[in-house]
Amino acid sequence: MRKVFSKPKSLKSVVFSYCPGCGHGIVHRLVAECIDELKLRESTIAVAPVGCAVFTSDYFNFDITEAPHGRAPAVATGIKRTNYDKFVFTYQGDGDIAAIGIAEIIHAANRSENITVIFVNNANYGMTGGQMAPTTLIGQVTKTTPFGRDPKKEGYPIKLCEILAILEGTTYLERVSIHNPLNIVKAKQAIKKAFQCQINKMGFSMVEILSSCPTDWSMTPIEAIKWIDEKFIKCFPLGMIKNKL
Amino acid sequence: MKKLIKGNVAICEGAIAAGLKSYFGYPITPQNEISTYLSKKMPELKRVFLQAESEIAAINMVLGASVTGVRSMTSSSSPGISLKQETISYMASMQLPALIVNVQRGGPGLGNILGSQSDYFQSVKGGGHGDYKIIVLAPNSSQEMYETSYDAFDLAEKYKIPVMILVDGIIGQTMEPVEFNRITNKKNKISCNNREWVLNGCKFRTSRSIKSLFMQEGSLEKYNIELQKKYELISKNEVKYEIYMVEDADTIIVAYGISSRIAKSAVKLARKYGIKVGLLRPKTLWPFPYKIINSFAKSGVDFLSVELSHGQMLEDVKLAVNGISNVRFLGKAGGGIITEMEIIDKLRN
Repeated sequence: MRKVFSKPKSLKSVVFSYCPGCGHGIVHRLVAECIDELKLRESTIAVAPVGCAVFTSDYFNFDITEAPHGRAPAVATGIKRTNYDKFVFTYQGDGDIAAIGIAEIIHAANRSENITVIFVNNANYGMTGGQMAPTTLIGQVTKTTPFGRDPKKEGYPIKLCEILAILEGTTYLERVSIHNPLNIVKAKQAIKKAFQCQINKMGFSMVEILSSCPTDWSMTPIEAIKWIDEKFIKCFPLGMIKNKL
Repeated sequence: MKKLIKGNVAICEGAIAAGLKSYFGYPITPQNEISTYLSKKMPELKRVFLQAESEIAAINMVLGASVTGVRSMTSSSSPGISLKQETISYMASMQLPALIVNVQRGGPGLGNILGSQSDYFQSVKGGGHGDYKIIVLAPNSSQEMYETSYDAFDLAEKYKIPVMILVDGIIGQTMEPVEFNRITNKKNKISCNNREWVLNGCKFRTSRSIKSLFMQEGSLEKYNIELQKKYELISKNEVKYEIYMVEDADTIIVAYGISSRIAKSAVKLARKYGIKVGLLRPKTLWPFPYKIINSFAKSGVDFLSVELSHGQMLEDVKLAVNGISNVRFLGKAGGGIITEMEIIDKLRN
């Protein structure tokens, strides 16, 4: 009998500690499948900063370092500049990349560091219990916007892909989602293209993945998927933002 | 053959000779000679120089280079070092070797760009969050800047710990003849035997991770005990100091960096006036030479802590003396240096 489906080698045989319905498990699997398929596992050094993303070091089966909150692109820069032959990617959440770490991502992108960024956008700070993130939608209730995000007080959702697109240093930027099988397939294709961008030494690539956080959104997993489909992607349109490949 | 160079440049030469593979920095006075010099020299040697977008990014680039086991450094001055502290704490926890240079300027706040020694507490007591130490070295001449930065990497890798060179703007800016007496490390690789922690891709081995998060019950407590054991070992093995005319001294001056240069001249002058004074210069500020100071105190010697601060190293001198003899203080902060005559007047009082 032929085995047609198994756990990617790039994932460890451990139980994920993520909440029921959390998107991280899917994103981990997609990243791991791409790394396996591109035969990058043995040359990968990944960077996991603060947030739920920090747990990746327990789940991915390749070399991985932790980074302080927001600083993963700087850490990845240090790794890649001294190890051109290694495959380097960061795995960052929305608070990490678009609030505390926005300087690091903008400058790494602007220098066209030959790294890949996996940006998981779930519209809130998941690890700390669901506070407002830079990507929180207008009117979205979070632990720190009990009356809904008010743009007069809290500003507007930050669209990082679009911000980075105007920088000459960026090569490949795409926004995808994982709320249904079709989009999961598209997300994997985007991740693979971004990884290929780095392999071909084409410079900075990033995939923004709209993901679910039912626990902190106070929703069931099914409601969360519906919310992505009906509200999240309205604010963050899916598709290719920039492609110089 | 000796060459006349600034202390800041001597640090670069020492690091390059030691096999520095990457430098990441951000402009701040009075350490700019370091990045200016390395921006030309490192590319010539086909090594990495990168001006980061911030002090914070620079130290995180160092962290990144360090996890892959290459020799890396950053340099800054007081406010910039404050910005780096969070990551220095991470690096202490992740047990990463690297060189951090602090050419101190006046503080607090933006202070001024003149030499100072008021980052002592921040450097030797941890500086960032959590229970940790880093090794702090205090050269006091261009020659020692060269030798110290060369040796710093071996020390950092031996104990898997960040090493800081703590100097003041005056020592950093002074030009002095330097003999390049260290052998160039051509391999540009870290020299320690144990490289089993290095992230270089999991070919022919299981995957590795380097982290500072310990969520499992009891695991952080256990890890912290391990770190403390390492710090104890460093305290036992790596204390370095210079003593000068201490044999018959009634009082010993404790001073480092530029203050130790002035103090040494003051000792020479004071001896002409018949004052029996000596000098103890810590070359390592952490680990601090508690034992030797304590043994002098037990034989009845008094101490005078001389520093460009309002009494920071003074506290460690007092801890070492532990009330056995008298400890006095002479210091100023914010620009002026202490003169020989001020030291002698203090000794006479």
